[in-house]
Amino acid sequence: MAIVEVRDLKKYFGKVRAVDGVDLTVQDGEFLVLLGPSGSGKTTLMRMIAGLEQPTAGQIFIDRHVVNDLPPRARKIAMVFQSYALYPHKTAFANIAFPLKAQGLRWEEIRERVEWAAKLLGIAHLLDRRPRELSGGERQRVALARAIVREPSVFLLDEPLSNLDAKLRHAARDELKRFQRNIGTTTIYVTHDQIEAMGLGDRIAIMNEGKVRQIGTPYEVYHEPADTFVATFVGTPPMNLIARAERLIGFRPESFLPKEIYNAHEDLVSFSFHVRRVEHLGSDRLLYGQLAGKDDSPVIAKLPLTVSIPIQEGRSYEFAVRCGDLKFFSRESGWRTEPEF
Amino acid sequence: MVEAAREIPRARYRYLLDRERLLGPLLISPAIGYIVLLIGLPLLLAIYLSFTNAISGQLSAQFVGLKNFQTILADPLFFQALKNTFIFTSISMLIVLILAKILALALLKSFPGRPIVRFLILLPWVAPISLTTLSWDWVLGASNATLSTVNWTLRAVGILGPQDWIWWTSYTTPAMAAIILIHVWRMLPFATIILLAGLTSIPQEIQDAAVVDGAGFWRRFFEIILPLMLPIVAVAVLFGIIFTATDMTVVYILTRGGPYNSTHVLASLAWQRGIFGGQLGQGAAIAIFLFPLLLIVAFFMLRLARRTEVT
Repeated sequence: MAIVEVRDLKKYFGKVRAVDGVDLTVQDGEFLVLLGPSGSGKTTLMRMIAGLEQPTAGQIFIDRHVVNDLPPRARKIAMVFQSYALYPHKTAFANIAFPLKAQGLRWEEIRERVEWAAKLLGIAHLLDRRPRELSGGERQRVALARAIVREPSVFLLDEPLSNLDAKLRHAARDELKRFQRNIGTTTIYVTHDQIEAMGLGDRIAIMNEGKVRQIGTPYEVYHEPADTFVATFVGTPPMNLIARAERLIGFRPESFLPKEIYNAHEDLVSFSFHVRRVEHLGSDRLLYGQLAGKDDSPVIAKLPLTVSIPIQEGRSYEFAVRCGDLKFFSRESGWRTEPEF
Repeated sequence: MVEAAREIPRARYRYLLDRERLLGPLLISPAIGYIVLLIGLPLLLAIYLSFTNAISGQLSAQFVGLKNFQTILADPLFFQALKNTFIFTSISMLIVLILAKILALALLKSFPGRPIVRFLILLPWVAPISLTTLSWDWVLGASNATLSTVNWTLRAVGILGPQDWIWWTSYTTPAMAAIILIHVWRMLPFATIILLAGLTSIPQEIQDAAVVDGAGFWRRFFEIILPLMLPIVAVAVLFGIIFTATDMTVVYILTRGGPYNSTHVLASLAWQRGIFGGQLGQGAAIAIFLFPLLLIVAFFMLRLARRTEVT
């Protein structure tokens, strides 16, 4: 159990600023997700916390101690890698036992703890198999068992679900979250998958170009994005942004609905929406089109199944957004600004 | 329809090379021809000669059964050469492996000028061995001790007096050491490159995982890196053994087997007996002697390589 904190952390590879001044505090027992597109610096940030990468500048604290100069083995961290990085020539048992052997524990104690971890993850019957004889999901559990077996203060997970197929990923996500709640270890989780991030994170730190753009709960980053990057990165389809004078006005596709479904007394802003194409996705309908007027930036509306108003391609409709669902951003900086009517 | 029907026969010939059953044998045949003509036939000829009393310059030869083998097995020089081959091969392979491993680990880390260093390291391997052995001859003064750069260096630092000239290759132990040294120098690049390839094939995440799991350098080396490299190390050792055990260039140019035949290896002895001595049959018998031994080594090494393969 530990608080992880980084202060003004930087990592430059030559001219490339992989991590460019990050401040971040992960609370004791918290599940923090680092979310960002590839190349945003999230993995480099995690590798610096792990001690696999030396920061160019800044400080890393684990449990209130500066760990910059400590090797990974002295940081009481455990890491699960994207490829799981199991030792291919060792059995599952020997893989899980490896960190304990490195600590120099007695054989009986090693066996006891490996069996405890294996039981916790439901892989006790697989212990004498080698990684190549295990399925993707089983490998992932072995990797998790190897991480928890020495009861680390901090868990670092680098896209551990990305190698699983879509069906398995769903179940594994739920399992991982329950598992982390049970053991209550501070966890930092790197992913580029926003659904994973929203589903798993107590808080999400959204990164782009080496900087943290926003830290907040899944609700906050979705409903109160700090800038246009967060607004368009989180949510599928992304937030619509239309230019009006010095600002950008943003609204979520699911907040953009036919005017007739709102109550008459609601504060609405209405637009004439020209629908170019309709996609039927089962639970939703996606409407692609533009707003009438000079601005022809693309706008997407997402109608839930409950809105059964017929929509035809190539026609215009009156659509509206609740005033409270409009977000305003500075056109110059992309940062959020105060609403103004 | 008529057009199309006429097209078909021509198409059959046009796509002849797309058939794997035809293209495969066609592409492998030059290699098979090369092996049969330049390796297979000479090998069979050598086996045949080892059972005859053939001498050079004479076309007729009589079958003498195992007599050549009886002769060489009664010859102490043969056992000297066999022992030397064994010492020469095992010691130089051991040194090569250790040095190559260190060099490969050093070259794995990126540092300024690494491409140039990697290129320079290959030089002993690409330079013709007869030329480089002549350079070593000069360094060690095998032909003329007054030219030896080693002697001149020792004089410069005052260890040797003005009239002292050490003929390094005139003493049995330094001569063998010199041969091993040159051979190590020559084999090192090849072994380094193979081990480097083996090292780089270990995924970075596995090495990172071992670091995070708390393993220090030696534990990582012996428990992770070495086992994962074993298949490729086995192949490198096999090649090294075969190259070393069958090589005679260094021995022949530097010492010609001397002093007192103390540095003769089987290959150089076979050459001396068969070509210089004219006893083709005996020379062939000496050369052939290694063949079953190397075959056994190859069998076990390849089996080890296959067994330790994990992915």
